[in-house]
Amino acid sequence: MSDILKVRNLTKDFKELRAVDDLSFSVKEGEVYGFLGQNGAGKSTTIRMLLTLIAPTDGYIEIFGMPLHQKRKEILRQVGAIIEKPDLYRYLTGFENIRLFSRLSGVKTTDNQIREELARVGLADRAESKVRTYSQGMKQRLGLACALVHNPKLIILDEPTNGLDPQGIADMRRMIIHLSKDLGKTLLVSSHLLSEMEMVADSMLIINKGRKVVEGKVQELINPVNSIVELKTSDTAVATSFLENSSWKTCLLPSVNGTIRLDLKKTDIPEFNRQLVAHGVAVQSLRPVHSLEEFFLSQTRE
Amino acid sequence: MFLDILRIELFKVFKRPRTFIAFGAIALIILLVQFALKVNGKDFIQLYTDSQADTFDIPYDKILNGYFVCVAVLHMILIHVPLLIALIAGDMISGEANLGTLRLLAGRPVTRTQLILAKFGASTVYVILLLAWMSLFALLGSILLFGKEDLVVFKENDLHIIKNSDVLWRFFAAFIFAALALTAIAAMALMFSTFADNSLGPIVATVCVVIVFTIVQQLKVPVFEETVNPWSFTTHMLGWKGFFYVEKTAEGATINGSVENAGALVRSGLVLAGYIILFLLISIVYFRKKDILS
Repeated sequence: MSDILKVRNLTKDFKELRAVDDLSFSVKEGEVYGFLGQNGAGKSTTIRMLLTLIAPTDGYIEIFGMPLHQKRKEILRQVGAIIEKPDLYRYLTGFENIRLFSRLSGVKTTDNQIREELARVGLADRAESKVRTYSQGMKQRLGLACALVHNPKLIILDEPTNGLDPQGIADMRRMIIHLSKDLGKTLLVSSHLLSEMEMVADSMLIINKGRKVVEGKVQELINPVNSIVELKTSDTAVATSFLENSSWKTCLLPSVNGTIRLDLKKTDIPEFNRQLVAHGVAVQSLRPVHSLEEFFLSQTRE
Repeated sequence: MFLDILRIELFKVFKRPRTFIAFGAIALIILLVQFALKVNGKDFIQLYTDSQADTFDIPYDKILNGYFVCVAVLHMILIHVPLLIALIAGDMISGEANLGTLRLLAGRPVTRTQLILAKFGASTVYVILLLAWMSLFALLGSILLFGKEDLVVFKENDLHIIKNSDVLWRFFAAFIFAALALTAIAAMALMFSTFADNSLGPIVATVCVVIVFTIVQQLKVPVFEETVNPWSFTTHMLGWKGFFYVEKTAEGATINGSVENAGALVRSGLVLAGYIILFLLISIVYFRKKDILS
């Protein structure tokens, strides 16, 4: 698959503050690319630069093989986006909002096409209601419809699940998967929730304080060679004594909430379990801790 | 594409209830003035003609006609219309920033220059429609209520009498001139709007500028008369009055189809056009470089 989006050495300064610092990444065609970081990490600033809302201080952005600063209009015709919460025209109906944004994207949509778009996001029966009467979830879905109405190749969603209830989050997740798997769209989805990204993203970039922390395939990031393992036993003293007097001692991690944790090679876990049992440790559970979550927090924690 | 954006901007402007506040306010004010003049019109004219009453035999009933009432209405309300214009034009960019829709607009395949020009176009259409509405009520309404006669205009200690048949074109010219003046106000409000992320600031700033320059103009002190007033747009905004001051023969008879100082009218028009271009250029240059963070 070819790169649909390339970002090279992107930097943005706001006076004294460096919001994005020498950031480089690529998004491949057809994938869902998770863009992760805590609040204030620089995700929205980066996305705003991708949409030309903010001018980069330095760096280069290429979308569909074209430089963004030179081919802005051609590129944006094929990009749909929701930036933070989708603030639409509250005094217009859902139908009018979609028609307005399709025309701004240079597309003349028929009334039927707009109704189909509304039906796709589950708002067919509220087409003629003013947006001010919509719930947050409905606004989010209408925002998505506005982002999709011109059939873009690349869809950028900035924190699309913000403010949604659990049902809304599940609907948004299903929609992202549908757009990617069924319609072959490329999606860049930002979030500060790793669990959300793990469920939908193929690749992932984690940033902190504007800098890249790690980038890679989600499966590779989730399943590294090593895994943090949490041991639960009814006899902690026996288990600790055994571990401190064995070769596993070097794998011991500081205890969290009284649990025993070790950093083990995945291939060593069965042998570790066997030795515990052989030395009389009553193993209640031996559970891999969410390694990516740990990693994410360790890298982004202040 | 530009026409599509303009159409969208007009659609948005006329879908907002606040747009119609100005239309309602103008209709109400005009109706009030017409009612007041219908009831106490003679007293009103006496107020203006006090100094001339001894010199001339003033035919009050003839003076109080539809044309006279229309001029009186324009005198009273045109100076306040900038506030109504600022309500719409001052909200054009900053209102979108405040709503959060500016990022959706600017992230679409339209240039920022197109956006500014479309918003300016929509503001101009609003100005024209507002003036057309005003002319409908002020001119047609007054003619229906008070009838048509020769128009008498008071200028300081002078009277200008314009023949019934020579009046109508002057109103149209005055409305066009007023449209130009108010478009300059719209351009200024739009410029302030690009600087801000909330609507109140640009609206207040526009009104403040108009008030300050109006006060400076009314001070009539040499330091301002020579330096500020010749270039102040509030001076030139009142240029529409010039269409109702006519040239006279040596015997004092008015010359049909004439205006007293056509050069001043042209100069005022050019200054206002210059302001529009200047405000638009500043808006475009600033908005093209603006980081949209709202």
